Amino acid sequence: MSIRLGAIIAGLGIVGILFFWSLLPGAINYAPPEKPDYYAFKEKPIAPEGGFSFEGPFGKWDNAQLQRGYQVYKEVCAACHGLKFVAFRNLSELGYSEAEVQAEAANWTVPGIDPNTGETTTRPGKPTDQFPSPFANDVAAAAANNNAIPPDLSLMTKARKDGTNYVYSLLAGYGEADPEIAATVPEFETPAGLYFNKYFSNVNIAMAPPIVIDGQVTYADGTEATVNQMSADVAAFLTWTAEPTLVKRKQTGWPVLGFLLFATILAYLSKKQIWAGLKPKKK
Amino acid sequence: MSFAWAKQYEPKNDFTKWIDEKLPLPRLVYNAVGAGYPVPRNLNYMWNFGVLAGFCLMIQIITGVILAMHYAANTEVAFATTEHIMRNVNSGWLMRYAHANGASFFFIVIYLHIFRGLYYSSYKAPREMIWLLGVVIFLLMMATAFMGYVLPWGQMSFWGAKVITGLFGAIPLVGESLQTWLLGGFAPDNAALNRFFSLHFLLPFVIAGVVILHIWALHIPGSSNPTGIEVKKESDTVPFHPYYTAKDGFGLGIFLLAFTFMVFFLPNMLGHPDNYIEANPLSTPALIVPEWYFLPFYAILRAFTDDLTIPFTGIVLIQAKLLGVIAMFGSILVWFILPWLDKSPVRSGHYRPMFKKFFWFGLIPCMALLTYCGGAPAEQPYVLLSQIATAYYFLHFLVILPIVSQIEVPKPLPYSITESVLGSDDAAPGNSASSGAKGAGEAGSLQPAE
Amino acid sequence: MADANEANEGVRRRDFIHVAALSTAGVGAAASALPLVTQMAPSADVLAESTTDVDVSAIEAGQSIKTIFRKQPLFVKRLTPEEIAEANEVDVADLRDQESLTDRLGEGNEDILVTMGVCTHLGCVPLGAAEGENKGEYGGYFCPCHGSHYDSAGRIRKGPAPTNLVVPDFAFTSESVIRVG
Repeated sequence: MSIRLGAIIAGLGIVGILFFWSLLPGAINYAPPEKPDYYAFKEKPIAPEGGFSFEGPFGKWDNAQLQRGYQVYKEVCAACHGLKFVAFRNLSELGYSEAEVQAEAANWTVPGIDPNTGETTTRPGKPTDQFPSPFANDVAAAAANNNAIPPDLSLMTKARKDGTNYVYSLLAGYGEADPEIAATVPEFETPAGLYFNKYFSNVNIAMAPPIVIDGQVTYADGTEATVNQMSADVAAFLTWTAEPTLVKRKQTGWPVLGFLLFATILAYLSKKQIWAGLKPKKK
Repeated sequence: MSFAWAKQYEPKNDFTKWIDEKLPLPRLVYNAVGAGYPVPRNLNYMWNFGVLAGFCLMIQIITGVILAMHYAANTEVAFATTEHIMRNVNSGWLMRYAHANGASFFFIVIYLHIFRGLYYSSYKAPREMIWLLGVVIFLLMMATAFMGYVLPWGQMSFWGAKVITGLFGAIPLVGESLQTWLLGGFAPDNAALNRFFSLHFLLPFVIAGVVILHIWALHIPGSSNPTGIEVKKESDTVPFHPYYTAKDGFGLGIFLLAFTFMVFFLPNMLGHPDNYIEANPLSTPALIVPEWYFLPFYAILRAFTDDLTIPFTGIVLIQAKLLGVIAMFGSILVWFILPWLDKSPVRSGHYRPMFKKFFWFGLIPCMALLTYCGGAPAEQPYVLLSQIATAYYFLHFLVILPIVSQIEVPKPLPYSITESVLGSDDAAPGNSASSGAKGAGEAGSLQPAE
Repeated sequence: MADANEANEGVRRRDFIHVAALSTAGVGAAASALPLVTQMAPSADVLAESTTDVDVSAIEAGQSIKTIFRKQPLFVKRLTPEEIAEANEVDVADLRDQESLTDRLGEGNEDILVTMGVCTHLGCVPLGAAEGENKGEYGGYFCPCHGSHYDSAGRIRKGPAPTNLVVPDFAFTSESVIRVG
């Protein structure tokens, strides 16, 4: 009895402390959080028209799109953003031949060591090299970019909620601050050096619009390079960099599930058979 | 196991006889999970989760040992080696996703196992020791899971480590030194990462050891069952093999279907995007949340928002931070005294109308609410909701359970397990009437749960 | 009679389902063991072919340099005329691993000997690449671990090593630079 009585007293004590010292004051001063009003204009990522080929349980990479996306990365993003977990040799997965990968790698300059003096220098890339970072270190990156460090993009689409659509929406979603904001939040103003983007976490992003006009990139395959097209292509490419095994994973999944379904049905029949002899004999 | 009718192991040839004399391991297995272990014949599918939990532990140990072959516990490279596993190692992505989702499924299985125990009062005498060891396993699992989450050295890893070790900082006088000692520094860094890796590798084997004790303790009184009445005679039981090996095999198939579906098609659903950003000691994520299986306890931690003061004097007796930590640990520690809080002679929730209502309409929604609030930002109305749910949680175990078990009038129990399955039992007194006795509602027909 | 037949049939069908279930489980276990084994094989980054460029213009006759090719030591040596003559004098048919000097140097290569610095016996690094090291009884390389002697063409002449020092694929990318791999 004593342990139960003790428990009841202890329980009432804990709940009493919680009620009188935390819950009650909280309830009396009840105030939902105040967020800057312009947060209401932040929007969830949207998908490009037609979505992406790799989505869904049967999705596959669209190599042409990945190659276009790589071109956009190379010509636009790479000036500020690295891709440190991806090696040039990985490009062969986008449908490039071995020779093309070698030539592509050689187009990039990577850090190296002078074999005679041992001093740091640069050399053309080899397929085994990782993509180089555009800045020597974070301090250099911050100094060159108004104190905002451009993040590495290798994992970007996995590091954001709904990442592929987020990258697409962010790139295609720059614009003047909604006039409605000015109407509802008169004091709102995008700080100097920042840019309004309704898909960014706090609607003001340090990155200047990278993809600004149609035809900024000339696609080798003749696809019309609209802003939306370029944004979608690079979003697809960055999905691949974040998870090169995405399609392989899904393709492995189906046979595994099929086999397990088969095995589970057999296990069920076997179990039923074994238990059959024990069935309740209703009188 | 002591039922007189338990089948005896009989070595069939000279070799097995020789083994049986020198090291009777086959006999041990036979008596533990073979035909030599008589089990109540009426176990439902909620009794599958013990075996499944063992299977989960195995998945985690196998995939974990493999990941450790490719991972390096150094803050410079930890994040990169994790990506190396995902990109370069043969089937590395499969190993890592299986390990990460395996942790989640381990907790799903364990929670179902625990809540089965709570509903059917499996913790009551004579099975208190099984329950206590189970709570120990759960605590070890939480420690292991927490340290494992730190290893990829992403943003959530780092800030999770900082926040959780910060809990120990709440302890008066020694707290701060304790936190520094745990981390081997003033913030999570190489020292912390390395010791977490070491302990994360060690603890699963400790868990495996306690699991053996858990099963040993189970085999002394034998398995409980959905009616909660004890086994009386041979017709109440069936041998574990082949009856429950077959049933567990089927359950395992269902489990694996769900598990592999997550691994192959939604591997990051239960994770957090921020952990794909490398740890950055200079920038805290907007919302730090632990893995989903810690959310109820995290909500309890955050429910205490104000210091305990002497009214109108401003003298602080206990800081809010410490109150939260005490409540969070207390919420699991109450499980240690559970067998002595619930004095009802009836075990199964089926036959306890009042207990059943509090379980389904009190405890379960309370846990759901706590989980939800734990994942929400620390602002209104979530704080208020988590405070209400926290209050109910403690009331349920410490106040409601003892009182309900005192005043509740249970429904009449069947005479035996055999009767509950077959509808009648030839051995029951006045057996022809026994099936009709269900509606009689006489407390006198209760079986004392010795 | 008919009953007994039916019972037999039943028994067989019952056994069949258990056997099928167990063998399927066995196949599943074996299949899932496969990735557990293959994960230990070299990973993609290790397998990725890599090349090493070596500037040979600074190597004088009789000298060699030690560099690294795919995480293993590589010897690049410019042979002296005497060494070339010595190596050509040997009757190839008498060798354990029958290769002539030209086989080892390759087309259009007069005097640059490129070999792995890995003894073919058990993998130690032979001596003889650096100035003043023991070059063995045949004036090439000598492995101190178990006493394998290689001649000036890196061919095994005495000791336990089964084959000549391995010559990796290489080509001249210019007058003075070779690309190995």
